Amino acid sequence: MLGLSKKDTTFLLIVIILTLATPILLQPFPENSALAQFNAGYPDLMQRFAIFGIFAIGFNILFGLTGYLSFGHAAFLGVGSYSVVWMYKLLSYNVVPGLILAIVVSGLFALLIGYISLRRSGIYFSILTLAFAQMSFNLAYSVLTPLTNGETGLQVYLNDPQVLMDESSPTSPHFFGIVMNESVKLDVGGWLFTFSNGYYFCAIIAIIVFYLSMRIFRSPFGIMLRAIKTNQTRMNYTGLNPRPYTLAAFVISGMYAGLAGGLLAAMDPLAGAERMQWTASGEVVLMTILGGAGTLMGPVLGAGFIKYFENIFSKINDNILHTWFAALPDGIEDAIVFLIHPFIGKGWHLTLGLMFMLVVIFLPGGLIEGGSRIWNAVTGKNRRKKHDAEHHPKPAPHVS
Amino acid sequence: MGILEVSNVNKRFGGLQALGDVNLDVAEGTVHAIIGPNGAGKSTLLNVLVGKLIPDTGTVMFNGISVLGRKPYEINQLGISRVFQTPEIFTDLSVFENMLIPCFAKRDGAFRLHALESIAAEKQLIEKAEHMLAEVNMADKRHMIASSLSRGDKRRLEMAMCLVQEPRLLLLDEPTAGMARADTNNTIDLLNEIHEKRDITMVIIEHDMHVVFSLAKRITVLAQGTPLVEDTPENIKGHPKVKEAYLGEAAA
Repeated sequence: MLGLSKKDTTFLLIVIILTLATPILLQPFPENSALAQFNAGYPDLMQRFAIFGIFAIGFNILFGLTGYLSFGHAAFLGVGSYSVVWMYKLLSYNVVPGLILAIVVSGLFALLIGYISLRRSGIYFSILTLAFAQMSFNLAYSVLTPLTNGETGLQVYLNDPQVLMDESSPTSPHFFGIVMNESVKLDVGGWLFTFSNGYYFCAIIAIIVFYLSMRIFRSPFGIMLRAIKTNQTRMNYTGLNPRPYTLAAFVISGMYAGLAGGLLAAMDPLAGAERMQWTASGEVVLMTILGGAGTLMGPVLGAGFIKYFENIFSKINDNILHTWFAALPDGIEDAIVFLIHPFIGKGWHLTLGLMFMLVVIFLPGGLIEGGSRIWNAVTGKNRRKKHDAEHHPKPAPHVS
Repeated sequence: MGILEVSNVNKRFGGLQALGDVNLDVAEGTVHAIIGPNGAGKSTLLNVLVGKLIPDTGTVMFNGISVLGRKPYEINQLGISRVFQTPEIFTDLSVFENMLIPCFAKRDGAFRLHALESIAAEKQLIEKAEHMLAEVNMADKRHMIASSLSRGDKRRLEMAMCLVQEPRLLLLDEPTAGMARADTNNTIDLLNEIHEKRDITMVIIEHDMHVVFSLAKRITVLAQGTPLVEDTPENIKGHPKVKEAYLGEAAA
């Protein structure tokens, strides 16, 4: 179906179902229970899962598939956001023109940066992209103020033209009348489920671009990208010029990032220069590696993982800890809270850092590798594999 | 008129004359070996042939077209394939995917964005790749990751990747370097088989005499960057100049 093999179609269907059911799946605890703060099923966070999932899927096409580590992808995120807010200012709050502009502009921007940066590979490529992103960030902050509104950030003002607006148009971002920040709340026996328009808009786009990335992974173009990652010498001597392939991969992943940035502004009609900062570029690298670079689903998992920690762990404070450990004697309670304190609230970066180190050291393939190891342990696939190894002995070490 | 003509090629690295007045004429359909002691300029000559080095003077014509200054992928498209000293294959990809890439390259040229097409739909190319794999007896290994192949199989795969593009000239840079005797003999058989079946012109850079004399129809001996003699293997064997180049003055 849809130009995919049977296995991939099943996989895609599972992803679609999981994505659409996210508002339910992420609310496992009843509203009044002590664990309710671990629920992640509120619109703002779920939108971030979907948006940064898109960002990471696109980044993975460049990094996971082609092997080029870009440290400047946040620039495209920022470009996307500014494009969308400009369309709000000039036309109306409908997100469609903005998103189209975001994809086009970030694609052109990626073409320019990619054309220059891809003259080098490895660390030099990374440094070039980082330099471009920092340049964009600083320009957006200072020189380009008429375009970006500098430090204040770009937003819609009452005296903006908004030529397509009339009396009945919604006054916040919408998709042909479907307002993004509206939602349906459903209270089922203590569980509160929020089905937000914004989330479903992002989720459907995320599914579409996930499907596209799947097609790219399985296409001849995808094989070429993997070939470039493995051996550029052979690529050249096979009659293929790697440059156009890497540039195409760079532009595609830049367009993904632009779309993600556009969606950020579609959920919240603001665009600030800090979106382009190098920390944002680093975050998407973390997401991809944490989830599993070069795998289809890994980057999305990584994005969800990081955004979950950012939003949930940062909300836990000492008072909450004290209520958790209230049953313990005072001295021990204080000691435990003291020990956990650096890892929560503002210290969530520490937790994330440790997690990242653990994953990189013990699971170089990311969360996906962890998942498949558990799966193999459960289904006993490992044992079968060991059995197979006897029939396929390792190649004898050659003497040279 | 040969298919590959090298005339008056000079290449100097600083004070070292790596190639001096090299003239070479490779006839179509032959196996031409270039031999010589270490430092004779064999590898420099090969790098000139594939466009990696541009000589100071002279021309290299392939089939009437100059190869100088062309990019490696352009030279491949002219019909020259190269086999490396250590097999250059796509180690992270499966054997079958390794075979598919040259098939795509041959059909589509240097670049074609087929990002939304499916590999499974390319029936003709898949058939071509499978046919080639069967020909080099690797059909049962098609799902193996190329890095897990034995060295002999890697060489075999690389050779197959070159052959599937139906090149007119195959350049081999010490194809048996570092191989055990059995693997070497297998490679020799494979090359002889390829030559008989396809009539491809081959240029072999080699210093293993056993390999050279089992394959070559014509031999050029290179010493200190200059061709010493060019002749048939029978005549080269006892040639006094060759002995001198290899063993020094006293032996001659």
